[in-house]
Amino acid sequence: MLIEVRAIRKSFYGVTVLDDVDFTLHAGEIHALLGENGAGKSTLVKILTGAYRRDGGTMRLEGAEVEPRDVAEAQAMGIGTVYQEVNLLENLSVAENVYLGRQPRRFGMIDTTRMEREAAALLARYGLRVDPGESLSAYSVAIRQIIAIARAVDLSGKVLFLDEPTASLDAREVEAIFAILRRLRDDGLGIVIITHFLDQVYALADRVTVLRNGKLVGSRATRDLPRRDLVGMMLGRELAEETHARSAAAPVDTPAPIRFRGMGKTGSVAPFDMDIRPGEVLGIAGLLGSGRTETAFLLFGIDRADSGSAEIDGSPVTLKSPHDAIAHGFGFCPEERKADGIVADLSVRENIILALQARRGWSRPIPRREQNAIAERYIRMLDIRPTDPERPIKFLSGGNQQKVILARWLATDPRFLILDEPTRGIDIGAHAEIIRLIDGLRAEGMALAVISSELDELVAYSSRVVVMADHRQVAELAGEEISAQAIMAAMAVEAA
Amino acid sequence: MIRARNLPFAATVLIFIIAYALCVMQFPNMLSTRVVGNLLTDNAFLGIAAVGMTFVILSGGIDLSVGSVIAFTSVFIAVTVRAGMHPAMAFALALVISTAFGALMGLTIHALSMPPFVVTLAGMFLARGAAFLLTTESVPISHPFLDTLGDLFFRLPGKGRLTFLAMLMLAVFVIGAIIAKRTRFGANVYALGGSPQSAELMGVPVRATTIRLYALSGALAGLAGIAYTLYTSAGYSLATVGMELDAIAAVVVGGTLLTGGAGLVMGTLFGVLIQGLIQTYIVFDGTLSSWWTKIVVGLLLFAFIVLQRVILLFHGPKGKPARMVPAGG
Repeated sequence: MLIEVRAIRKSFYGVTVLDDVDFTLHAGEIHALLGENGAGKSTLVKILTGAYRRDGGTMRLEGAEVEPRDVAEAQAMGIGTVYQEVNLLENLSVAENVYLGRQPRRFGMIDTTRMEREAAALLARYGLRVDPGESLSAYSVAIRQIIAIARAVDLSGKVLFLDEPTASLDAREVEAIFAILRRLRDDGLGIVIITHFLDQVYALADRVTVLRNGKLVGSRATRDLPRRDLVGMMLGRELAEETHARSAAAPVDTPAPIRFRGMGKTGSVAPFDMDIRPGEVLGIAGLLGSGRTETAFLLFGIDRADSGSAEIDGSPVTLKSPHDAIAHGFGFCPEERKADGIVADLSVRENIILALQARRGWSRPIPRREQNAIAERYIRMLDIRPTDPERPIKFLSGGNQQKVILARWLATDPRFLILDEPTRGIDIGAHAEIIRLIDGLRAEGMALAVISSELDELVAYSSRVVVMADHRQVAELAGEEISAQAIMAAMAVEAA
Repeated sequence: MIRARNLPFAATVLIFIIAYALCVMQFPNMLSTRVVGNLLTDNAFLGIAAVGMTFVILSGGIDLSVGSVIAFTSVFIAVTVRAGMHPAMAFALALVISTAFGALMGLTIHALSMPPFVVTLAGMFLARGAAFLLTTESVPISHPFLDTLGDLFFRLPGKGRLTFLAMLMLAVFVIGAIIAKRTRFGANVYALGGSPQSAELMGVPVRATTIRLYALSGALAGLAGIAYTLYTSAGYSLATVGMELDAIAAVVVGGTLLTGGAGLVMGTLFGVLIQGLIQTYIVFDGTLSSWWTKIVVGLLLFAFIVLQRVILLFHGPKGKPARMVPAGG
């Protein structure tokens, strides 16, 4: 056994990120590490590669207990890492990137000639013919990724961690990198790869370990693991078959007031049709990286579609920016609350009136008395705690921040509200409340689209469910067809 | 063929040659070893300090304390020599102090993760204040040892002299260029300037490099202070105010990217020489205000910032296809 990890624990500021996770890596194995956002996989990798220190548990490398203090020490032990983007230095030459920190020297001086000769020879073994003296910025991302792999393997030699190494590569480049990884595996290296693409997992990995919410779900041989079961592991299997009961009530045959036809963006989401009706919740299901969020960005005009059209109440509209979307009565609660949603230093009141004020135009400020009234109404309605409207939002819990963002859009009285992972990162009690809210808004006649990786949630409140995989819609389920099983089956459909 | 990253350096050398040729066309007397020798001697202290500044800027930082450290060093030497200390001893002490001062700034920058701008700004006031503390008057110094150094020169063909100061500056440039390009410390400095995060992930000792970097800049500022003392034979706490900005200008005109990561130490030599050439031209002309130096340097700075942008635009990522053959082949 190359790496053997037992009961690793890690928490940040009292939040447990890894909870008694076990992980085993053999030499000559490609091991995929999977999990949705927040599953803890990057934290695990950072602990194993020395970027973080663990709080508890043991780590053995070739049988000996180790605790790398930093990246350099992990490298010295034989553990190398290739990160998604920030790994090499564009301003240095190819050879300098390969040998930074261990340049060959003669009489105390770097022997540039020898360094470039050795770099050329090393990279030739990876099938690369590059000018080692040229600066790295002259080469494409795929070439850089191969150079990063060559450096990490040359430097460490036992274990290679790859964090989404193919995120920005095209199919041919991905295949070139996979060929290299397979060869390294056959040479006896242990390789751990983080990826979101199930196709890649089955094309490359011998073994799969799945994390969910900081806990180990399981570790299985890829060969013996059907896709459906893998999807099930990633999304959690405690799914009740019959949770879907009521919300399908809305009559599906009425003409939809908001219609999208052939909307798509090259490299982001394949063209899709979508009908939005009042009194309906449209669920959008899909694994991370399947194009769910990109779909929401198109609907709300954050990304501009390069094909297709949108139609509201029978007349065509263009959604060039969120400003257009807001003008048409759309609202959007993004997934990344911290990055895209809340303005941390502003108060709860200021966060709530933000979208309403934007719609009115900044030249017509909402009177303070009216602001207070709006803030108090939604604090009461959504049960936001603490109830003080003047408290900076950064001091609120995740669930309450989510409610403030919801309030922000409700204050604009939207006809169509898009929610991206509304229940992520909030506690169970707040979870149920948000779901009740969604149901309540639907019952009042609002049109909603909700993106979620919580299947049982989607099943509970959706009138229809669109399933996405590999950046396209693969299925649409309605009424009685909606079940966690059916959604997972649709997700697991192999890419054509 | 010139690589894209060396284009700014080539441009600097070209500008210097063209400017010098234009000067000579107007004033044929400017083509003499005497003018060249004076150019080197008159700008020795600026050049020495600018080598340290080159390293700092290559790393993505800045050192605003340089001018003040030069003033402090010259006052310190003048006061201690007046008090009876041998100049060689005073020089050594001054270098120790300025190096330690730089190292301390580097440590502060790293430990508090403060912008170098702020920390060295504080250093600038500290060093200047310390100079005033020693004395507020201009202290002339004379000592046989200093005369010996002053008389040390190579006679150049023609009437020119390659003085001790000029040799000292050229030596600093040569050693600086070797450190930058041929040592691991130099490579680490470039790495920091490229991206501190990536550099750290690649195992660059960020803390040690930062400390040594500012210590080097401090040491060279101290050495520049010694050169300045030899040049003026006096120590004055109001001297070299704003000199750090001339050094920064020389570095940027010399082709170093102000955001760090790209540039050559030897480029800075030409950056200094271009500034010196403009001053020489003004002296030869006799009617122009010396402030024209500032105007021309300002215009050159703009031109170089634009040039660097343009090069970045045309030589961004994916400029060059590499041949990729199937792995294992």
